[in-house]
Amino acid sequence: MSDNPQHTPRARRGRAPDVFRPGGWVPMREYGEDETVDFAIVGTGAGGGTLACKLAEYGFSVVAFDAGPYFRPLEDFASDESEQTKLYWTDDRIVDGANPLQLGSNNSGKAVGGSTVHFAMVSLRFRPEWFKSRSLLGYGADWPLDWREMWNYYREVEQALKIAGPVNYPWGPPRPRYPYRAHPLNAAARVLAKGCEALGIGWTETPLATLSAPRGLAHPCVYRGFCVAGCSTNAKQSALVTWIPRALAAGAEIRDLAMVGRVEVDAAGRATGVHFHRDGTWHFQRARHVVVAGYAIETPRLLLNSTNGQFPDGLANSSGLVGENLMAQSNQAVWGLMDQEIRSYKGPPSLAITEHWNYEDKGKDFFGGYSYMSQGPLPQLWANTQMAARGLWGARLMSDMQNYNHVAGLKIVGEMLPQENNRVTLADEVDQFGLRIPRVTYSWCDNDKRLIAHALKFMTQALEEADARDIWTQEDDTCHLNGTARMGSDPARSVVNADCRSWDIPNLWICDGSVFPTVGGANPSLTIQAIACRTADRIRDLAGRGELDQPARRRYAAQTAQ
Amino acid sequence: MHDRGRPEPRYPGYDVLTKRQGPSWNEQTRRVVSQRLAVPAEPRFFTPDEFRTVASVAARIVPQPDGRPPVPVAALIDEKLFRGASDGYRPEGMPREREAWRQGLQALDAEAKAAYGAAFHAIGAARQDGLLARMQSGDMTSPAWGRMSPQDFFKRRMARDVVLAYYAHPTAWSEIGWGGPASPRGYVRLDFDERDPWEAAEAGSGDAVEVRRINRHVG
Ligand SMILES: Cc1cc2nc3c(=O)[nH]c(=O)nc-3n(C[C@H](O)[C@H](O)[C@H](O)COP(=O)(O)OP(=O)(O)OC[C@H]3O[C@@H](n4cnc5c(N)ncnc54)[C@H](O)[C@@H]3O)c2cc1C
Ligand code: SF4
Repeated sequence: MSDNPQHTPRARRGRAPDVFRPGGWVPMREYGEDETVDFAIVGTGAGGGTLACKLAEYGFSVVAFDAGPYFRPLEDFASDESEQTKLYWTDDRIVDGANPLQLGSNNSGKAVGGSTVHFAMVSLRFRPEWFKSRSLLGYGADWPLDWREMWNYYREVEQALKIAGPVNYPWGPPRPRYPYRAHPLNAAARVLAKGCEALGIGWTETPLATLSAPRGLAHPCVYRGFCVAGCSTNAKQSALVTWIPRALAAGAEIRDLAMVGRVEVDAAGRATGVHFHRDGTWHFQRARHVVVAGYAIETPRLLLNSTNGQFPDGLANSSGLVGENLMAQSNQAVWGLMDQEIRSYKGPPSLAITEHWNYEDKGKDFFGGYSYMSQGPLPQLWANTQMAARGLWGARLMSDMQNYNHVAGLKIVGEMLPQENNRVTLADEVDQFGLRIPRVTYSWCDNDKRLIAHALKFMTQALEEADARDIWTQEDDTCHLNGTARMGSDPARSVVNADCRSWDIPNLWICDGSVFPTVGGANPSLTIQAIACRTADRIRDLAGRGELDQPARRRYAAQTAQ
Repeated sequence: MHDRGRPEPRYPGYDVLTKRQGPSWNEQTRRVVSQRLAVPAEPRFFTPDEFRTVASVAARIVPQPDGRPPVPVAALIDEKLFRGASDGYRPEGMPREREAWRQGLQALDAEAKAAYGAAFHAIGAARQDGLLARMQSGDMTSPAWGRMSPQDFFKRRMARDVVLAYYAHPTAWSEIGWGGPASPRGYVRLDFDERDPWEAAEAGSGDAVEVRRINRHVG
């Protein structure tokens, strides 16, 4: 039988792939479709993978579904940009708005482990004030979470992933030592450091989810630089090689190549399970609770595609906010040439970072913040950047590409503000499963533009100070996606509560990047995983008190009456 | 630079494929790159006419030096479309990959005929460049474009696929001095002006004969 994980599911017959051994297997518990499991989780990425692990470890029965394949990185990942596009979510989607997003390779994965299989591993905590940005900083929306509680969950995730980071982190309240030592700087990172020092701002080694020392069967990072094309050495601490093996060991079942098309809700308004497509047909898995963790486009798409007579506007959507407030992060860059050889293809792409403009509010004509990092684009990505962002082709492209080994760049992860008109809706066209495809609408607001202008000006100065020449700016790029099912403390203005439980359907939960009310200027995955850890703890505690089946709304009503 | 449009190679004597059997390449990478190098010369998705147009577009977007076997850009694009690979998103008004290519090539020929009375492949390099520049800036109005914007087709489909195909090829990797596949060995020397012995040396960083000798032995 074929062992192509893209065509035939691997996790079945009581076993799942052992990601640490070529051709290897580990035992896996399996549940029958008629067996009502405690939790059916849709998606196994930063949110779903983490939650599956924690809930299984707390003794709940869990089946986690992923539309993507179950890879063994050591044998399935090539050192090749084209081949590795197999990691991306490339089902049909339509983009529009004044600033249509680039999707695919740019921001979403489809594999067991989700987008963390090809993410760049930057693992940052949020600035504490961002959790109350409306009250403390005057923009966006407050989170229903307390930063001090989050600080503990960040710690848990940093330990679980053995984050390699600096001895002292220059910004924010004190944090414990990172579990593993920081990685060495490459030349591209030194250019960042040089610019920061000349301009008098702080910088540090980027906290990264890749090993700087051995861990179990995983070797340390070998600085091969293919991180966003997937790590074939297992140094990268993706959900695939961290949370998922733990989940299996604790008795969770993973179903790969299993696309969930619909969440079923009964006449009493409770979720009863999920319809999923696997092996060419539709199946139904019964569950006491359903968690949607498909990331900021697929999560609202699934909720909107699951309409029924009782919920004609989609599930969990009484606020009308499902799909709205989609937030990308701005991802503009400044590029230049150095006299020295840089060869930025060596090492993880972002070895050095400054969060200065995340923590400094003086001198800004915009709300929010941004960090910026050194870069290491591989040839296809770099050539396409030259063409698409700079307009080069023909002889100019060919001669400019000759400078590849001398290029250094700085790129932001910038905060974009939530706007209801930036959103995911359903188009009329359908995908290979007959499900309506998402339409993703995005336009920058004035604040977004001011932030970008500030960043480009500042980074241009930084590159000049670092002695780069032929500097140019890449103005149209965005990265990570968040929002579309925001958490909050008011059912009229949010989709889920602080525990990621939907206001409308008591046993429907959303646990992924969708729940962010704001995005900050930091990469989101550490926060997604910290929220998942918190959600698992809350579920355990509520269950322990016999309150797991009590609707979120009743608790809200009780609180507001006090 | 030579005036015949053939610059001195920046990494003389470097061929990333000499590393193929060494510790920088694993089995799965060797397999993938071998398949790419064996891409069929004849189209399986494009018609012969379309294929000729794609080849002339590619020759303008990624012009190749003579004196070495060319990267088969049109064949690589044909293979990708034949396989049905997708970017995973498209702007409003643009059809999916295969249809977008077909429609765009038709529109390009329609524009060429309107402006010069001949198909794109037959109008000569300077006029071809002129048409491509107009497409890039959106200065085209043939009804053959349908709802697809010429600018979008240039940037998000046509030039994108051409550039990605070219830089998927080991010949292009060697040309820009990239280390190429790097698993399991990876790299050790990361700082300014540091080169591992299994990376290309740049012309100008030593004498030319020495650089060539180093590059022949990169492995
Ligand atoms: C190139 C790149 C670099 C990045 N770098 C960083 C970084 O350095 N640091 C950082 O913090 N973040 C980074 N990110 C972002 C980060 O990967 C995501 O924010 C994070 O993984 C999102 O977590 P999630 O759980 O919401 O979704 P994901 O991790 O994307 O997981 C969602 C999963 O759900 C599955 N799914 C969706 N719908 C269905 C369905 N209907 N049925 C079954 N399965 C379904 C998908 O296949 C997918 O596997 C990067 C992203 C990309 C693309
Ligand atoms: S640089 Fe490190 S983390 Fe990135 S792909 Fe290579 S080994 Fe993995």
